[in-house]
Amino acid sequence: MRIWHGLLIALGLGVAGGLYITAPAPLDAGFASDHTADTEAGALVFAAAGCASCHTAPDGASEGPQVLAGGHAFASDFGTFYAPNISPDPASGIGAWDLPTFARAVTKGVSPDGAHYYPAFPYASYQNMTDADVADLFAYMQTLPASAQPNQPHDVGFPFNIRRGLGLWKVAFMPDGYVTPAPDDPVLARGRYLAEGLAHCAECHTPRNAVGALLTDQWMAGAPNPSGKGRVPNITPAALDWSESDLIEYFTSGFTPDYDSAGGEMVEVIENLSQLPEADRAALAAYVAALPPIPSP
Amino acid sequence: MKRIFGLSLATCALAAAAFAGSHANPALEGAVKARNAQMSVIAYHTGLLGGMAKGDVPYDAATAVAAAENLASAAAMKRAVLWIEGTEQGAVAGSRAKAEIWSDAAGFEEKAVALEAASSAMITAAGTDLDALRAAMADVGGSCGACHKAYRGPKN
Repeated sequence: MRIWHGLLIALGLGVAGGLYITAPAPLDAGFASDHTADTEAGALVFAAAGCASCHTAPDGASEGPQVLAGGHAFASDFGTFYAPNISPDPASGIGAWDLPTFARAVTKGVSPDGAHYYPAFPYASYQNMTDADVADLFAYMQTLPASAQPNQPHDVGFPFNIRRGLGLWKVAFMPDGYVTPAPDDPVLARGRYLAEGLAHCAECHTPRNAVGALLTDQWMAGAPNPSGKGRVPNITPAALDWSESDLIEYFTSGFTPDYDSAGGEMVEVIENLSQLPEADRAALAAYVAALPPIPSP
Repeated sequence: MKRIFGLSLATCALAAAAFAGSHANPALEGAVKARNAQMSVIAYHTGLLGGMAKGDVPYDAATAVAAAENLASAAAMKRAVLWIEGTEQGAVAGSRAKAEIWSDAAGFEEKAVALEAASSAMITAAGTDLDALRAAMADVGGSCGACHKAYRGPKN
């Protein structure tokens, strides 16, 4: 009898503990309240973070202001994810959100009603965003056109469809901030902020384990393409011998050193990067050139 | 007239395909080789301009304009006799052309015209100064990438 009590208590504690560690983290309501949001700066954050590449409708127009209606499908080993509507529509989009809600979504991967987002949304990278950049981004996104297009549910099977489990995933697998050590050089520091934060390069260029966690000891060493076709290349100096000027040109025009053009998803990445100040592309190039060389897995 | 021309092209391709049977088809292979050569010509001249854009080679207006003129000529090559049906990736060795080039001909044409426009603009920019050249380079690269993303298949 006593043993049963003990077991029940242990079970109760286990469940309570599990619920506790999988509970979404709250965020300070005064988030960035001392910062005056700047929509022009936000446009650059938006470009650097590549938001439009996933959140514009797959059949959306390529000209004019971007409509973040969502709907783009992303195949993965866990099922198919559909990018949500993040336009300023109050019902289908994020028009009813305030800044702390937005900041929690982007940097913690938690929805307004406290559910964990799947890490297909690169919050593991966006957690490194400065508060000012988050606030500017939010202000810029509110200037974009609203779309009432409804969201499409993700097509993800058991057990990955249990969102609470993502809380455990975050605790166990989400890197705590940056992966590479802080550089002294301000250009490299800016490059690290862009690469490991906004531009979220590692989300594709670093391999993952069986449950989708980034293998940080193989940082940027290339990975299978989640679409199933080919590989995302190793961009560490062990495999990529481009000079910094080669990298800057690539980030600007998309030309490789032998004047082939970028392919696949990188076309959109370059559309975004080419909008940034040249100093940012140079910083990104410096970061990539200084990556620890890691042979392809 | 256009229709007859289109039909006769299709007939050529069909005839060529019939002629070849299960083996490689010289007419289709020739078209793919010519396209790949066209891409090499484009890459060579873009490389001359890119070397200056990167600062690896000093800017020289006369060289830049000559390179841009050849680039524009290569970009303007008539597509009707190069991009013939039956030359998609898988059908002919060395081809990375997606079938969408023919199923979405209008979209392909739009992207090709964008390269023509960016290359023509490069002639003026290349003769102006290095900053103009560098800005034009991003447009040329953007038009290459946009078309490759939509209409070029994977490497292997």
